[in-house]
Order: sequence, then structure tokens, then C-alpha cells
Amino acid sequence: MKPAPFSYADPDSLDEALAVLSAEGEGAKVLAGGQSLLPLLNMRLAAPTTLVDINRVPGLDQIEAGGSGVRVGALVRHAALLRSAEASAVQPLLARATANVAHPAIRNRGTTVGSIAHADPSGEMTAVLALTGGSVTVATPDGTSSVDWADLFLGPLETSVHGPAVVTSAFFPALAPRSGTAFAEVARRKGDYAVCGAGVMVTLDEDRRVASARVAYISVGLVPEVHDLTDAVVGRPVDAADWAAAGVMAQGLVDPDGDLHASADYRRLLVGALTARTLASAAAEAQERSA
Amino acid sequence: MTTKLFGEPVRRREDARLIVGQGRYLDDIGSGAYAAAFVRSPYAHARVVDIDVSGALEVEGLLAVYTYEDLTGPMAEPLPVLIPHPQLTHARTGYTLVRDVAHHVGEAVVMVVAVDRYVAEDAAALIEVTWEELPVVVGVDAAEAAVHAVHPDVPDNVAARHHQERGDVEAALAASAHTLSFTQYFERSASMPMEGKGVHARWDADDSALRVHSSTQASTSVRAAIAAKLELSLEKVEVIAPDVGGGFGVKIMHPWPEELLVPMAAIKLGHEVKWVEDRREHFISSAHERQQRQEVAVGYDDDGRITALDVLVWHDNGAYTNYGIIVPINTATQLCGPYDIPVYRARVNSVYTNTVLVTPYRGAGRPQGTFVMERTMDRIAQERGLDRLEVRRRNLIQNDQFPYDWGMTFQDGRPLVYDSGNYPGLVDKLEALVDWPGLEDRRAEAATRGKLLGAGMAMYVEGTGPGPYEGAHVEVLGSGKVLVSTGLTSQGQGHETVFAQLAASELGVPIEDVEVTTGDTRRFGYAVGTFASRAAVVSGNAVALAAKGVREKALRIAAELLEADPGDLEIDEGLVQVKGTPGASIPLRTVAVLSNPLRYAFDEAARQATQFAGPGDDSKPPIAVGDSPGLEYTDYYSPLRSTFAAGAHAAVVEIDPATWEIDVVQYAVVHDCGNVVNPMIVEGQVQGGVAQGVGGALYERMAYDRDGQLQNASFMDFLMPYASEVPDVDIDHQETPSPLNPLGIKGAGEAGVIPGSAAIASAIEDAVGRRIAAMPISPTELYDLMRSDGEQVPRLPSATGVPA
Ligand SMILES: Cc1cc2nc3c(=O)[nH]c(=O)nc-3n(C[C@H](O)[C@H](O)[C@H](O)COP(=O)(O)OP(=O)(O)OC[C@H]3O[C@@H](n4cnc5c(N)ncnc54)[C@H](O)[C@@H]3O)c2cc1C
Repeated sequence: MKPAPFSYADPDSLDEALAVLSAEGEGAKVLAGGQSLLPLLNMRLAAPTTLVDINRVPGLDQIEAGGSGVRVGALVRHAALLRSAEASAVQPLLARATANVAHPAIRNRGTTVGSIAHADPSGEMTAVLALTGGSVTVATPDGTSSVDWADLFLGPLETSVHGPAVVTSAFFPALAPRSGTAFAEVARRKGDYAVCGAGVMVTLDEDRRVASARVAYISVGLVPEVHDLTDAVVGRPVDAADWAAAGVMAQGLVDPDGDLHASADYRRLLVGALTARTLASAAAEAQERSA
Repeated sequence: MTTKLFGEPVRRREDARLIVGQGRYLDDIGSGAYAAAFVRSPYAHARVVDIDVSGALEVEGLLAVYTYEDLTGPMAEPLPVLIPHPQLTHARTGYTLVRDVAHHVGEAVVMVVAVDRYVAEDAAALIEVTWEELPVVVGVDAAEAAVHAVHPDVPDNVAARHHQERGDVEAALAASAHTLSFTQYFERSASMPMEGKGVHARWDADDSALRVHSSTQASTSVRAAIAAKLELSLEKVEVIAPDVGGGFGVKIMHPWPEELLVPMAAIKLGHEVKWVEDRREHFISSAHERQQRQEVAVGYDDDGRITALDVLVWHDNGAYTNYGIIVPINTATQLCGPYDIPVYRARVNSVYTNTVLVTPYRGAGRPQGTFVMERTMDRIAQERGLDRLEVRRRNLIQNDQFPYDWGMTFQDGRPLVYDSGNYPGLVDKLEALVDWPGLEDRRAEAATRGKLLGAGMAMYVEGTGPGPYEGAHVEVLGSGKVLVSTGLTSQGQGHETVFAQLAASELGVPIEDVEVTTGDTRRFGYAVGTFASRAAVVSGNAVALAAKGVREKALRIAAELLEADPGDLEIDEGLVQVKGTPGASIPLRTVAVLSNPLRYAFDEAARQATQFAGPGDDSKPPIAVGDSPGLEYTDYYSPLRSTFAAGAHAAVVEIDPATWEIDVVQYAVVHDCGNVVNPMIVEGQVQGGVAQGVGGALYERMAYDRDGQLQNASFMDFLMPYASEVPDVDIDHQETPSPLNPLGIKGAGEAGVIPGSAAIASAIEDAVGRRIAAMPISPTELYDLMRSDGEQVPRLPSATGVPA
């Protein structure tokens, strides 16, 4: 469990990081918190020729929470996002989901942007980016661009960010008025990657009836999946909505795989149960926020 | 006496060192050593066609590559069958490096030595082995079917047919008023110590001497094995177990191939060599345990009293039988637990599969046996409409039946005789501890929260402290320090503390003055090892006996100096004094100095022992005939037989019927290990054992696929419970001393794990009303079970305690 040989650079500017990435070509990889990359290296499942450690690049460790949303810099650790009251005020789902990411020791090093760049379909933050309709900012030697979540995730551990590039931040839009969120997952042990997880967002209309109900799942598909369950509950007052029906609807929309820890059927069961639970609590929150 | 420490919750003296990172583990030794890495078989069953090492030879920093071809003499022979047994008719062991056929994924084929582990792994990755794949056998069912053979000369895959019997079981079953028969499965898990194995060897060419550090539970026997395999004289080999980060059984297996190959390389290269096992290696090349298929037939009367029990077990021993059939014997002999089973037969067929070998893991065959017995009790309770506690009470061995002779042979080759116990007392205490009659109220309360609550219980008896012997050396230095050493090793259990307590108690010195060394063959050469909950029983008694020897000698010498009768002396706080005569005393350290008459005063203390220092008695030689200089003593304790500890566990679970998640909300243990030396340490052992019991019941399994590939060979997918999954254990003690040893103690090391799967299965069954006949069980499996047409079981009110 020792990595194959690689060279290492720890540039102190973004430009230099991009320059090293360009010079080293395909074999170069960005190193952020190392919580996903280093195990892959040690097990020799990945053998990059160069690691470009971005931890010394200034300005990437900021959380900017404003009216339109929360921008999370590439070096913001999961733990910092979890603790940020400003971020939670703008988009409560951030902390709710982050609390389910691994254990404190891993949250202290692992980065939120890194987990999005890593594109693990079991990663909570990929689902949050998708559900909130967020985007990432990608810096390349040719300039900076914004990539919408829908164009980002191509498959497990695969994004549309190619070539010499650093994802410098992720942007999560603010929670809309009269809306509520919830996040829940079932993991085999506390802090493990989820067997199935659901993040939801419910928005009410002016009459406090359900206007929309959307959900994103983790560990269910190859990429974070967002499903619109509005039809199952639309127009219902919060306490009269049939959340279980929304769960059943969701079960028909997903197509999970089985693995060592959960059969496909069991995942589908969890999709139903978690959907009903999270929608009910998100709706209750939406109602409070409509008061 | 103020220094009486037996029975006190003395704090573990090893903790400060270990917790702040000052432990000295294998990998802390030999920073300048060359590193070994291994090429291991990627196939479960395959023949080596060719090994091409040329790629590795290009790697800078490579020092040596060894294959089977490089082994000579005893090293080229198969590894030893450590515990031969007449019923182990088809023992097979592997070689230190695969000779021609690998029998499981992970078997070492090539050893690479390089300047460091990074380079060694780089080189290993460039070695190309060409394999011819052979048919694979995985699991007891496939082994029994024997469509393919793991070893061609064992076509039925049966290594041993172990058999224990008491009475004519077939006749007794036929004569029973009621009978039940059923089949159960138990899965594999493994010891999984935090520190894997590791070996460091240093060869002193001038002295032709080898010093080996190994993360082992048996340093004396590793030493003997190295000497034999490398053809060295025993006195030229030292083996030291440094701080060991857990063993749980896997490190009692020896010699592991690496324990022989690393010293061999150190000698050949004339340089220190080290190998530290990584986690993947541990999963695929260390030992596992526990898979069995159990076919049970039981007969009982109208009152639920068992009249006959017949068990046929198919036991998966993996690819080899290096450790003999200890696990099958434990299952067969410990299965009946605390119950008076008049007629009993156990047949355990130990079968080969193309998987990692099976050797004892904490519990060692007993969790499986307990699973048979306790699930049988639950079935009888259900069938008879009896409370589960009541059916057990009716079957227990009663207090006046001890010693209880089973007429069978235990794993130490001695008669299976329970020495003492109070089993009804355990049930009474458990009933109170878990508030068994209050369970219906708790069930109702849980239902209001949408949860299914269930409770289960299980009992066990554990043969502990088997021989043949352990020894200890105790020496008082002129400084007043007391050195205690045992050949028996420690892996974090608290032996340093317990042995210090025993020595300090026996000698009458402050515990701070006692230093304990374990598992260092330079200090103590004769020992067996740490396993089978035997350290406190066997070494503990040896330490007490050796300390007693020192005490007697000290009193003899002091009596002369104080002109008193030895019988009038006592030792307290390190001072030898005449009882009831203040002032008439001499420090033990001075006695130590004077015990060694000297010619040369090399330091101030020594002066007192030189020839012109005092009047002396010139009618006698300075050392009496038959006596020896120094205040030291070595003694051994060799038990007549094993001593039998016992206990009762209860588990309460809550299950979420929407997700089938299983939460152990309460776990209660009543434990009897005879006289308790240190209750805090015993509770720690119980708590740790329960953690492994919960792991085995709900989380851990070795997920082999049909090709013999272990699908979950990492801590990502092999799920050991975290602290968050392990309940705090409610513990109550009962102390029934053992009549077999001077201290009256029984072992406590493994007990916590033994009834875990049985108790938790019982609780889940109670919660969901479906038969649980295979463990472990995960939520996804429970969901499958609930949707299947599996057997429904009646739920009995736990409060009644009388036949329905
Ligand atoms: C035991 C354990 C449990 C875990 N459990 C969970 C869990 O429950 N949920 C969860 O979501 N995660 C979990 N993780 C993963 C953890 O959250 C990681 O921190 C995260 O997935 C990756 O972030 P990182 O900063 O560590 O990235 P790294 O490991 O440094 O990098 C991961 C990958 O992303 C790329 N990358 C990282 N940052 C950037 C960037 N700014 N621009 C471009 N590419 C980049 C790297 O090149 C690499 O390919 C767990 C990890 C461990 C070790």
C-alpha cells in the first residue's frame, strides 16, 4: 500500500498551478484534501505522474454567502462549511448534507469542491449541487468558465472537466422563499458512504399548497439524480399531502444497482422511505418559512 | 496489608504509553531496515507456470528476489501442522512461498527485498507470474459437494472428521417425546487487529546470532520454529514481541511464512530486513474464522427438557490446516454450554476450500456452538410455549452437579470437566439486569415510535486457561525495583497491570516498583502463548507463585538479619518487618543487596554486601548449600485441566420497519470468571468482546465470490462496527472461584464475543417474528427475509415465565 512514484508540485498561485498542469499533461492530477485521491494512490488504483497540490494557492478558502447563493472556494473543508452559519442561513441544505459526509477527521481535510470534482455518485455534495441547480467555476490556462451541474457529471468519478483545469469554486443558489429542505440517508455505519441518501426541496405557493417537490438521490444512480415529484403532491396543503405517494412515484423513477451492502430492491425500498420522510420534514420547514 | 491489590480496579499502566504514541510497535523498529514486499497469488486455485522477474531486476534499489526455488533444507518443506490430532487425517499446509500450486488468493509466491517498501512494491509490480487456473471451491456447501477438490489427494475435501459423543444419540432421539431438526449458517469474519502482522530481523554475522521482532502472540514458539526452519541453534535466536496492536487470535497462528522468510533474507543479505503487513495483505493472507453449516436434531420432553442433541457441522477450514482442528473441537465440546444434556453427539467435518486458512479468532469455534445451542433453546421455548428464560432454567446444570464431567475430551487433550459454576445465578442476575419482565412495556412504547422492539438472550460456558504451562521470573534488584517477566506475550489486554498487581500483592511492595516484561525470549524462554483466555489463569498463577518464592527467600534472609523467626515477619510497602514490633525492619531492597554476597563494591549499595562490611557468620559458607545468590525466583504453573468460565448475555434491538435498520439499544452481560484480579480490566475485555460480537452479528462477513476473490478486502467494505454502532454494555459480575488454581481465577478474554450472534439473532427474531437461521444479518437481508415466505415464529410474552 505504497503509491507508485510520482512527482509533486505545490505552487503558490493559480496561474502556476495551471502552468504545471499544462506542462505535465494527462498524467497530472490536482491534490486538494487528499481524502479520496491518496487512498487510490496507495492502493495503486491510480498512478498519476504528478500531483499538483493546490493547498498553498491563496484565496481559495473562502465561503461567500450572499443573497443569490453560497460560493464555496476550492480549499474550503467540509468541516468549515458545516460550521458556517452564514452559508446555512442562505442555503440550509449545505450543512444538513455536509453533516452526513464521513467523520470529523475526514471532514477536517476533505474539501467540498474536491468531492464534487471527484464526482462520486455516493458523495452528498454532488447531490446538493444538482438539487440546488448549482454550478462550478473552472479555471484553465485559457481562462475561467462556469459549468452548470447538469453539464458536469458524466458518470461515476467522471466529469466534463478535462485537461489542465482547477475547479476554483462551487456555487449553490440560495433557498427560494416559501421553501424548505431536508437531507437523510441510510448508511451501514454512522459516517459511511450512504447505501441510499435523499436531499429534497419543497416549495409552497402563496396559499401554502405544495408548488414543487424535487429530490436528489445519492448511491442510487451513476450520477446524482434529480427527480421532480411535484405531480404526486401538487396543490395539496402540507398536512394533507400524501408523501408516501411521492415515495412510490420516486421508486418508479429510479433504477438502482445492487452491491455488497444493498440489493437493488432494498435501495428502491429506501428511496421510498427516505423520500416520504424528507419531503414531510422539508414541507414542514417550508410552511414555517412561509409564516 | 496496605499493598493488597488483588481485586482492585487498578488503572492500566500501559495506557499512558500507548495512548500518547510512545508504544513501540513492530514498525517503530529498524528504521534502517531493508523492506520486503510480496507478490501474492491473484487466483484462488492456480498452478504457477512461469515466474519472470526480469522487469523487477531493472528497478533501482532492488536487493533480492526470492521464489520457492531459492528455498533450501527445511525452508523448502511444507509449513508445520502445529497441533496434530489423530482425527486430522488429511492435514495439508502450504509452503513459505508457493511451490507449484496456490490454494487461495493472497498466498505469497515471490518475496522482493529493496531499500524501502516503496521500491519493493514497485519491483513486485513488475514481476510477471504466468498461471494456469484450476477449479475453485468456495464455501462449505461446495466443499461438501466435492465436485472439485482443493487438494487432489483429498478428493472429498474433508481434512478431519471430529467426533464427540455421550450416550446413544439415535436411540435417545427416537425415544424423545418431541423432536426438532433444522439447519443454520454462520459466516466468516476475522480478528482484524488494528496492527497487522510484521516481522523485523537482524543478523549479527560475527556472533552468528539472529534477533527477530514479530508482532506475535507466541514469541517462544516462533523462536523455535525459526531455529528449526533456518537450522540455527536455539540459543542463537532471540524473538521479541514488542508492543502488539491487537491479536485476537490471528497472531497465535505461526510461523507465518513471513516470520521465516524475513529472517532468512536478513541472514542472506547481512542486513536488517523488515516486513509490515498492509491491510489488504491482512485480509487475503492472514487467517479468518467462523463459517459453518450446522445441522441440528434435538429431542425434548413435555416440559422442554432436552433428552438428546445431535449436531452435524460442516466447518470451513480454508485451504490449509496449520492450526489443526482446535476450532472444530471447541465447537463440538463447548456447544452444550451450561446445559445438562444427557445424550449428545457432535460430528464436525472440517473441509477445505480455496480461501484463506481458518485459525482461532477470539471465541474460536464457541460463538458457532453457542449459536446452535441457544437457538435450539429458543425453538424449544417457542414450540412448548415457554418463556425463553424458563426453558433455560429447566435445562441448566445445577450447582450441586459440579464438578460436571462430560466424559469427552477438551481442546487441551484433557477431560472435559466443568470445575465450578453457578448457572442459575447467572439467569437470575440477567433477568434483573435487563428487566426481562418489563420488556412488554418497552415493546409497546417502541411501537408508539414506529419501531419493532425485540429482546434475546444467550448463555455460554467457556473453557479457559488451558495448559500445558506458563512460567514467570520475579527478581528484586538492589534498587528496590521488582522485575517480573513472562514468556507469555501481551497484545494490549492489560497483562502488565494484572501481573504487576499479582506480584505486588504477593510480595508486599508498591505496584510502582514493579516492572513487567512479556514475550521477550531473552528474558524468559519457556512459554506457550497468549490464547484461549489463559494469561491471567496460567501466567497469573505462575507470577503469584514466583513472587511467593521470592517472598519466602526474602523472609529467610531477613529473619537472619533481624534475628527473628521467618514466620513472624511480614512485608509491607517494601519493608520487611517483625509483625507488631515497630522499628525491627529492613527494606526489601537491602535484603536484595545482601542476598548476593560480593567481593567488589561497584556502587554504594553493593558495599553492604562485601566481605568486610559486617560481622557475618563464618561457620557457614556465604551461600548456603542448595541456595543461590540474588533475590529472584522462577516458577511455573501447570494446570490440571482447563477451568470453565460462564456468562449470560441479553440484547435488546429496535428495528425500523421502513428501512429494516437494526439498532442494538441495550446489551447486558452477566459474567463469571471466578475471582477477579482487576474488575476494570475484565469489564474492558467484556466490552471489547461485545463490540466484536455485535460486529459478527450485524456487520462483518468475508464476501468471497465464486472465484474465491474476496470482494471486500478493505475497511471500506468489510464493516467493523465503529464506536457509534456498539452499545454501552451493562455488566454484572458473579464470582464462582475455580478450585483448580491457587488464585481461583478463570479466563475472561474471549467471553464477551461468544454469545453475541445468538443473542442478537434471538432479539431480531423476537422483534420481527421471522426465523433467523443465518448470521450475520444486514438490513438488506432482513428486508429479503421479511418478503420471503420464511418461517413465522410465535412471539411469546416475556413476562409470564410459566408454560402457556
Ligand atoms: C473513510 C472515508 C469516508 C468518506 N466518506 C464520505 C462520505 O460519506 N461522503 C462523501 O461525500 N465523501 C466521503 N469521503 C470522501 C471525502 O469527502 C473527500 O474529501 C472528497 O470526496 C474529496 O475531497 P478532497 O479534498 O479530499 O479531494 P482529493 O482526494 O484531494 O481529490 C479527489 C479528486 O478530485 C480532484 N480534485 C480535487 N479538488 C479539485 C479541484 N479543486 N479542481 C479539480 N480537481 C480537483 C482530484 O484531482 C482527485 O481526482 C470519505 C473519505 C474517506 C477517506
